[in-house]
Amino acid sequence: MPPLSSSPSSLTSKLRRLDLDGAVVGVRFLGASAAFALGEGEVVLVGEGETRLAAHKGAVLSVAGDDRRLLTGGDDGRVVATLADGTMQALFEQKGRWIDQVAAGPDGAVAFSAGKTAHFQPGKGERKSHDFPSTVGGLAFAPKGTRLAVAHYGGVSLWFPNAQAKPEFLEWKGSHRGVMWSPDTRFVVTTMQEAALHGWRLADGGHMRMSGYPSRVTSMAFTAGGKFLATSGSSEAILWPFASKEGPMGKQPTMLAPRDVRVSAVAAHPRDEVIACGYEDGLVLMVRISDGAEILLRSPDAAPVTALAWRGDGGALAIGTESGAAGLVVF
Amino acid sequence: MADMASAKIPVTVLTGYLGAGKTTLLNRILSEPHGKKFAVVVNEFGEIGIDNDLVVGADEEVFEMNNGCICCTVRGDLIRIIDGLLRRKNDFDGIIIETTGLADPAPVAQTFFVDETVGAKTMLDAVVTVADAKWLKDRLKDAPEAKNQIAFADVILLNKTDLVSETDLKDVEMRIRAINPFARIHRTQRSEIAIDKVLGQGAFDLDRIQAIDPDFLEGGHRHFHDEDMRSYSFASDKPLDADKFFPWIQELTQTEGPNILRSKGILAFKDDPDRFVFQGVHMILDGDHQRPWRADEAKTSRIVFIGRQLDAAALEKGFLSCVA
Repeated sequence: MPPLSSSPSSLTSKLRRLDLDGAVVGVRFLGASAAFALGEGEVVLVGEGETRLAAHKGAVLSVAGDDRRLLTGGDDGRVVATLADGTMQALFEQKGRWIDQVAAGPDGAVAFSAGKTAHFQPGKGERKSHDFPSTVGGLAFAPKGTRLAVAHYGGVSLWFPNAQAKPEFLEWKGSHRGVMWSPDTRFVVTTMQEAALHGWRLADGGHMRMSGYPSRVTSMAFTAGGKFLATSGSSEAILWPFASKEGPMGKQPTMLAPRDVRVSAVAAHPRDEVIACGYEDGLVLMVRISDGAEILLRSPDAAPVTALAWRGDGGALAIGTESGAAGLVVF
Repeated sequence: MADMASAKIPVTVLTGYLGAGKTTLLNRILSEPHGKKFAVVVNEFGEIGIDNDLVVGADEEVFEMNNGCICCTVRGDLIRIIDGLLRRKNDFDGIIIETTGLADPAPVAQTFFVDETVGAKTMLDAVVTVADAKWLKDRLKDAPEAKNQIAFADVILLNKTDLVSETDLKDVEMRIRAINPFARIHRTQRSEIAIDKVLGQGAFDLDRIQAIDPDFLEGGHRHFHDEDMRSYSFASDKPLDADKFFPWIQELTQTEGPNILRSKGILAFKDDPDRFVFQGVHMILDGDHQRPWRADEAKTSRIVFIGRQLDAAALEKGFLSCVA
């Protein structure tokens, strides 16, 4: 990526506008194509052309994925993997249930949940299931893929699906929704029903309470190398410092790209210390963390940005909004 | 603002003690030829038979919020279900939530005020309680859930009226009034009622708070003083001081919130041409300027609490101390 300081402050001319005709609930790059999951059950693959696929007979409730596949969980009880060539595979189906959460693990592994039950399906081998104390609010694979963080009411359970032992329980009062591991697996962080994050330092069980948001945090991402956790929920991007062993406690977060509109989605560049930051009015900025330099990628159009994803090499960004107006920026 | 409110999906909460006729009412709403489609959240599948509507099972997970508000509970499963339903919001016109016979309506109602996404996209329309005309008086004695459901209701179907005498009906209506002076009471048999008396009530819409009828307020609890749950109402013809009223009501709901199920008020503040209306569910208060007082209307401030074990004398003293 060229140095931002010599770039113009707007790259909106590079935005390829897409009208997807449905609220975007998640997006991932599958190689060079962007795969947009729409609320009403479709997946749209956007490469040189556009391919619409009917992934679910109902709503898409959750989206995950990696460079190879887009995973969607639906209210039709199915977990579907969509590949870049348009191949679709139903990995699981349970009629009458909703698949609330999905997560992608290494080597083709998948985790998903329906109500209180979480399932782990390895790339090869037998599916494992476990019932948690309450509905699963979030699921995340540890980077090696052998352990899952499962967020629920009252805390997070760390589950080794292939071990007999009971999951380790990290307790913190309240309802935990999203969950994420730091790339070095030293920390687990949740988004809460309240306008706050909670984190645990796994080495000693230390608690990290990250609050002060005006609204609930719905999007978070670790920046390249895990130095910062970038979050939505405020009228600027809030980045908590995670570079040290202690984590962010006692330190001030970095605040970038302040506006009078709240940040609704963030995505971290895979290589550089740069984030993409989408707002509730549809505006998208690219922001360099070191000096806060901003480049406008998309002008506002009233619908909130609901999904952002960088291509694996960082050379493109996919943008989805609640109205279905979407875009691709290739740098 | 009216446009924004109407764009929100209306949510009706159906409560009622076991066997009162709640499922019969639900089936009636769904089978009437009204041309509307509903997403229905139920606790048990099987009892309702509908083809067109979206039926979702609930788990009744009651979550406490971490906001220092002890009575502030929400239904975690409803937040999840409504988030999911909103993904296919073009498929239905309204949401109906059926609670179990033993459920407390408060966490259900509070979900619509506490969760930001749910509150932004949906609007609680009314809590509708089906009560058994023959057995309600007994249940009010022995089942706190039944009392909560009556206290919380915006609409009450006094059902199975064919099983009791007119005298008994009047008696049970007076008991309902003693607990809940706001609710619209409809006498029904086999839960038969026009759908527009149940849906589209706008009971939590501040714009639709018209009057708090003093007859109901005075009549009820004088005759049937329910020790445990009742309504408390106070009025003043002198304008109030906003700088005194707001700290008082906030302090009151913070300390007595667990005992105050619902509250409602129409207030005249000094040097303010507008009616100020508010309503509350436990500690959660929602208030706004509504419209200018009309020349032909008495500028009376009136406030009502439905609650249990409240100190009436202290409430009255507190309210009257807000006079400017």
